[in-house]
Amino acid sequence: MALNIERDEHTGTDTTGHEWDGLKELNTPLPKWWLYTWLACILWALVYFVFFPSFPYGKGYIHGLLGASSRNDVMADVKGFAAERNAVMSKVAAASFDDIRKNPELLAAAQTAGRITFANNCQPCHGAGGAGNPGFPALAAGSWLWGGKLEDIQQTITHGIRSGDDAARDSQMPKFGTDGLLKPEEIQQVADYVSTAFFGLALKDAAPASIAAGKDIFAANCASCHGDNGEGNRDVGAPRLASKIHLYGGTRDLIVRQVTSPHMGVMPNWNGRLDTATIKSVAIYVHDLGGGE
Amino acid sequence: MAHIGKTEPDQTTEPEAEGFMQYFEDHKKVYPKAVSGKVRSLKWAILVLCLGFYYIVPWFRWDRGVGEPNQAILLDIYDRRFYFFNLEFWPQDIYYLTGLLILAALGLFLVTSLFGRVWCGFACPQTVWTDLFMLVERQIEGDRNQRMRRDASKMTFDTAWRKVAKHAIWLAIAFWTGGAWIMYFLDAPSIVHRFWTGQAGTAVYGFTFLFTASTYLLAGWAREQVCTFMCPWPRFQSAMLDEQSFIVTYQSWRGEKRGHLKAQRNNTTGEKYGDCIDCGGCVTACPTGIDIRDGIQLPCIGCGLCIDACDTAMKKVGRPTGLIAWDTLERQAAIAKGVHLPAHLFRPRTIIYLSAMSVAITVMVIAMSNRATINLSVLQDRAPLFVRIADGSIRNGYTIKVTNKTHAPATFDLGMAGIADASMAMSETHEDREQVLHLPVGPDQVGAFRVLVMAPDHGASTKFDFTLRNTNTGEKTIYHAVFLGPEAAANADAGVH
Repeated sequence: MALNIERDEHTGTDTTGHEWDGLKELNTPLPKWWLYTWLACILWALVYFVFFPSFPYGKGYIHGLLGASSRNDVMADVKGFAAERNAVMSKVAAASFDDIRKNPELLAAAQTAGRITFANNCQPCHGAGGAGNPGFPALAAGSWLWGGKLEDIQQTITHGIRSGDDAARDSQMPKFGTDGLLKPEEIQQVADYVSTAFFGLALKDAAPASIAAGKDIFAANCASCHGDNGEGNRDVGAPRLASKIHLYGGTRDLIVRQVTSPHMGVMPNWNGRLDTATIKSVAIYVHDLGGGE
Repeated sequence: MAHIGKTEPDQTTEPEAEGFMQYFEDHKKVYPKAVSGKVRSLKWAILVLCLGFYYIVPWFRWDRGVGEPNQAILLDIYDRRFYFFNLEFWPQDIYYLTGLLILAALGLFLVTSLFGRVWCGFACPQTVWTDLFMLVERQIEGDRNQRMRRDASKMTFDTAWRKVAKHAIWLAIAFWTGGAWIMYFLDAPSIVHRFWTGQAGTAVYGFTFLFTASTYLLAGWAREQVCTFMCPWPRFQSAMLDEQSFIVTYQSWRGEKRGHLKAQRNNTTGEKYGDCIDCGGCVTACPTGIDIRDGIQLPCIGCGLCIDACDTAMKKVGRPTGLIAWDTLERQAAIAKGVHLPAHLFRPRTIIYLSAMSVAITVMVIAMSNRATINLSVLQDRAPLFVRIADGSIRNGYTIKVTNKTHAPATFDLGMAGIADASMAMSETHEDREQVLHLPVGPDQVGAFRVLVMAPDHGASTKFDFTLRNTNTGEKTIYHAVFLGPEAAANADAGVH
C-alpha cells in the first residue's frame, strides 16, 4: 500500500508523517545493515530458545537442548567449595589449638567457620559479637563461669551446661528462699553485704549491722562456692561476685531474687549438632572476641 | 506501510501518491580520494605519533627492583596495581582515574568549543586506524576512480589478488593492534613468548581475537558508519559548538554562485559567479561522503581534508586558497557583509572550561605530590559497640588495616592519643596491654589486625586519634577515631551509680 509522503519544505527531506505539536519527524533512512543486524539478533534469539532454558509453562519450563541450568552450576560450585572446606576442616579437627594458631591457612578457615557458626547458633542468646544478655554471659568481656581457655570453651560448647549430656558442666545453687534455708531478712542482710562488699555499690539504707550480719551468713552459706572474697569458683561454675559485670544484673534487688529462687542457665550441648572442627572453630572465635585466656 | 528496498534516487519527479516510505536504504560506499596539503600532512604526523605510541609503549622498561614488574606502563589487573613509570597506583587510588577522566572530558569540551570536532577528525582511534586502512587500500587498489571502476566492473584476477592482499594486510594490522592491547595488561616480552608457544590463557587469546576482529571490522568495513550511526559522541559534541567555534566552513559568500570553470569562462548570460568551480574535490575527498558546502552537519568529523582538496583546486585555477577553511559561523556571517571580526577565543564557555580544568589539574597535582606510601584505615566494631569488662572499664574493638605501599617489609608502630588511662592490646593476646603496638606488614601488602582499646568508664564517647608510623621510613599518618562508652542515660537504669 502506498502512502502520501509529505516532504518537509525547509530541508527537502521526507517526513514519516508523525507529528507532535506541529513538529514533524524527518525520515532519515538507516543503512540496511542495521536492519540485518536486528534480524540476526531475532534469529539468534530463536536459536537461543531452542538450546537454552527459555519459556515457562504451568509449573515447568522449556529446558533447552543443552540442558543449561544455573542452579546446577551453583550446586556444583557448592559441592566444590564443600570439598575444599572439608579438606581444611579435617585438618582443623586433627590439629591442636597451638598448631591451628601457627598455621595461617587453618586459622583463617577456623575464624571464618567460627564467625559464621556463632552467628547462626550462638548469637540469639549471647548477642552479636558475644556482647551478652541478662542471664546469658557476655563472652567478649572475659568473665568466665567455667573457664576461658580454648580447651575450656571447647568443652563447654561440646557438652553444654546443665544440658543433660553425660559430660555436661553441672552445678546447682540452693533455693535459699523458696526452700526456707534462709529467712527473708537474712537474705536481705546477705544482699546488703554482697552489694556493698563485692559489687561496690554505695547503699545509704544498708545498715552496718545488717552488712555485718550478712557477712556471717555469706561465710556460712555462700563462701564455699563463691569464695570468701567473692572470687567465684570455676569448678562449679559459681560466678565471680567481686566484679563490675554480673550475669543477672548488678543491683541489690536482683541479688535478693537470685538468692531466694536462683535462675540457673542452661546451655545446650552441641556435640550432636556440630562436628569437632566446627566446635573448635567456634571456640577460637569466642576466645578471640577479646575475653579469651 | 514501510517498504524496504532501494531508495529511488530522485523522488521529486514521482507523484506523491506513488511513494513508499523508505526507512532503510543501501549503504552507500564512500570512496575517498587521496589529497595532499597541510592538513593531510598534519594528520599523517598525528597518525604516526599516536600509532607509534600505542605499539611501542608496552616495550618500555622501568626498573622497580626485585619481584616487581619492570614494564613502564602496566595495568596489572590480577594483582590490582597500575604502574606508570615511577608511580604505582592501588585500587584505592581510583579517584586519580576519576580526576584524569574529568580532566580529559573538560579538555575535550574546551578543544571542541574552540576548534570544533578536532578530536574526531585527528585523534580518535576510529579516524586514525581508518586512515591507516585507507592508505593500505589506496596503495593496493588504487585511488578513488580506480577503486570505483574495480567495484563496478567484473571481477578479474588482478582485482581479486589485490582484494585478498588488502584484507590480509588489514588483518595483520588488526592483529598487531589487538595483540598490543594485551601488552598493556601483561608483561609484554613474556606474553609475546607465551602467546606464540601456546601457553597464554584463553582470556589472552580471546581478547586478542576480539580486538583484532573489532579493529578489522571498524576500520576496514564500518568506517564512517561508526561516526554517523554508532558513536554517541557527535550527537552531543555538536551541542558544544557555538557561533564562535572554529569549524570547517565553506565560505559561501565567496564561493557562490558556484559553476564549472568552463561555464564560468563562457559566461554569456551575465551570471555573477563566485570562486567555487564546483569541481567536487571537497566531496570526493570527504571520508564520510558529505558535501561541506551544505554547511555544518552531523556526519562532518572536522578532519579538514576538504580544505586540502579545495586549496589544491584553487591553486590550480589561480584563485586565493581558503575557500574552505576553519572559521566561525559568526565571522562568516559578518564577512559576508564585509565586516572582519576578530577571533573570539575567550568567552564564558571556554573560560568556564579552562577554570574547571585548572581546578582539576591543581587538585590532581596536590593529591599526587602528597601521595603516601602508608595508609591507615579503621573499622570500628559495630556489634557490640562496646564491652564492659570485669574491672568495670570499657573496651572497644577496631579492625585496623595498615597499607604498606613500600617494597620492603616493615613494622608499623600503632599508637593512640586522646583518652585518659587507655591501653591497647591485640585481640588474641588481650591481656598484654600496651601503649604502642608493633604491627608487621609485608611489602606491597595490606595487613589487617583486630585491636582492642581499654579505658576507664568515662561515661560518654570520646574522640581520639590512632597514630601510625612506618619504622623503616618514619612516615606517619593519623586516623581520627571514636571510643564509644555507655552514655549517662544508659547508666541510669542500673539506678545505683
